[in-house]
Amino acid sequence: MTDAHLSPRNIPDRLQGRGARILKSWESLLLVVAIAIFLGNSLASPYFLDPWNLSDATFNFTEKAMIAFAMALVIISGEIDLSVASIIALASTAMGYAVQLGVDTPALVAIGLGVGLICGMVNGLLITGLGLPSIVVTIGTMSLFRGLSFIVLGDQAFTGYPESFAWFGQGYFWWVFSFEFTLFVLLAVIYGVLLHKTNFGRAVYAIGNNQTAALFSGVRVARVKFILFLLTGLMAGLASICLTSRLGSTRPSIALGWELEVVTMVVLGGVNILGGSGTIPGVVLAALIMGMVTFGFGLLNVPGIVMSIFIGLLLISVIALPILWQRARRRLAH
Amino acid sequence: MKILKSLMVTAAVAVALMANAAHAENKKIALVVKALGIGFFEAANKGAQEAAKELGDVEVIYTGPTSTTAEGQIEVINSLIAQKVDAIAVSANDTDALVPALKKAMDRGIKVISWDSGVAKEGRLMHLNPSSSPLIGNMIIKLAADNLPEGGDVAVLSASATATNQNTWIAEMKKVQGNYKGINVVTTVYGDDLADKSYRETQGLIQSYPNLKAIIAPTSVGIVAAAQAVTDAGKIGQINVTGLGLPSEMAGHVKSGASKSFAIWNPIDLGYSATMIAYDLIGGAEAKPGAELKMGRMGTVKLDDNNEGAMADPFVYDASNVEDFAKIF
Repeated sequence: MTDAHLSPRNIPDRLQGRGARILKSWESLLLVVAIAIFLGNSLASPYFLDPWNLSDATFNFTEKAMIAFAMALVIISGEIDLSVASIIALASTAMGYAVQLGVDTPALVAIGLGVGLICGMVNGLLITGLGLPSIVVTIGTMSLFRGLSFIVLGDQAFTGYPESFAWFGQGYFWWVFSFEFTLFVLLAVIYGVLLHKTNFGRAVYAIGNNQTAALFSGVRVARVKFILFLLTGLMAGLASICLTSRLGSTRPSIALGWELEVVTMVVLGGVNILGGSGTIPGVVLAALIMGMVTFGFGLLNVPGIVMSIFIGLLLISVIALPILWQRARRRLAH
Repeated sequence: MKILKSLMVTAAVAVALMANAAHAENKKIALVVKALGIGFFEAANKGAQEAAKELGDVEVIYTGPTSTTAEGQIEVINSLIAQKVDAIAVSANDTDALVPALKKAMDRGIKVISWDSGVAKEGRLMHLNPSSSPLIGNMIIKLAADNLPEGGDVAVLSASATATNQNTWIAEMKKVQGNYKGINVVTTVYGDDLADKSYRETQGLIQSYPNLKAIIAPTSVGIVAAAQAVTDAGKIGQINVTGLGLPSEMAGHVKSGASKSFAIWNPIDLGYSATMIAYDLIGGAEAKPGAELKMGRMGTVKLDDNNEGAMADPFVYDASNVEDFAKIF
């Protein structure tokens, strides 16, 4: 601003000021909702505001949120990955099988991440290599991956994970901050930078807004998408390590139905289900909201089905509110 | 984010002390079930509430996940730990996956027991089985003998030949057969827990043994099929079908007379006993092999080497009570 005399005319590069934009954004709406839920919970139950209880509560969402970050990128690019929960099951089964052979913790982690990557690669190759729609492919691999897990395990369970493996799902990094929560914060930063500060992130938005235009602008669409599916696979592998460690056992029904909870988290976070827009801070807030609602209602011993209804209503109202708000403003303007 | 976090931390630290200070006078016992909305567990809750009323200073928290998943139960258990309940009595969706969460609960001074569907040994203080194999083996032959004062031929319709449960119960039944004079077990056939095969096997029994007086089917599929076959053959009154079955499926056959009585565990008693045992443990009783824990009107339960105990004989259902229980499960 000091050298304003150098440019006689100030041409704005955005339609609204930075402050106004932030104030009207989806994320600030979510922040208000999050604070309201936090205050509501604090008033409703004397047990909510306890560092250890809040720490326990984070386990309700950390694993799902890890996947949600990668899923947000996939959905922004106009695709979807419904096989993530099944990847958790398959990766967990592979780790459990390895335990029976006497494999130790570092190798178990490698196996978990490796199986996740391979599953992501299968999805990526089918979608970008053969050009199949991602929803069809991942519905297929959803059954395939969990089916493999069922073939190996049937109604049995793998147990006997080494003591040191328990740290990933039950250990604490520092004071009340669990390893999982620390990882969640770290991944939020990594994905935030990846989506909002890198060329790769811009390419993801470009593909989601107009794939053909992105292609003609020199964006390597297939490669970017392939990497996105690798990432969701890898994150599912990571979540599998955490969840398996937390449960200390593997059953083929592990993480059943999580794919929809992850997608719910992403959509609640303000990511357009049709692609093209959305932010990582939004997903972070959505994860916190879903975790707090589940925990807060749990403290009041509200039946789970009421929680589901509440999350559903929250989802619809948070999506509907901005649209209603815009309509109201337009009507007032006329 | 930043604001939320700093708010979370400061507020949390400030109020943590207050939360700790606030202590309820009532002892809080949580009855955690596989999923809400299942008749069997609603009945168990009824029993738990009955126990709470009898004890006076107990509040029962009846809770569970929406679907029968281990992850859902862990979320429920975490919120119970946060509420600082005194005891958790759980019917587990997964023997192993709940262990870390329940261990954490026990570390924080919560008494944890499992009932109905058990948890691995290291995740609970004791497990309450609804009944035991010897008690079941004795009950199924007693049901047949009670309606045959003069004795007679009795046949067994089991599930598959390799079914562990049924084989154990039949073996236990044969051990006590001598106590029931005149009861002659002529054969055991296998219906594989398939309705049509059980039906055909029963038809075979009726033709092969003209003096058959009773059929014992210690399987809920077999008992219904056998009762139907006896009805269709017009043998009601001549052949009594008994064994283990579900009231909702058997009510019609009890009404028609094809089955005079049958047995299965009573979920009300189960919820009642689990609550009573949890209360006994809160009061300082120790769960160790050989210990006897109090179950109120159900007497006491003696723990075996695995800290497991059997509640009671299977509960007998007949024309006097089957209609009421048919509404439950």
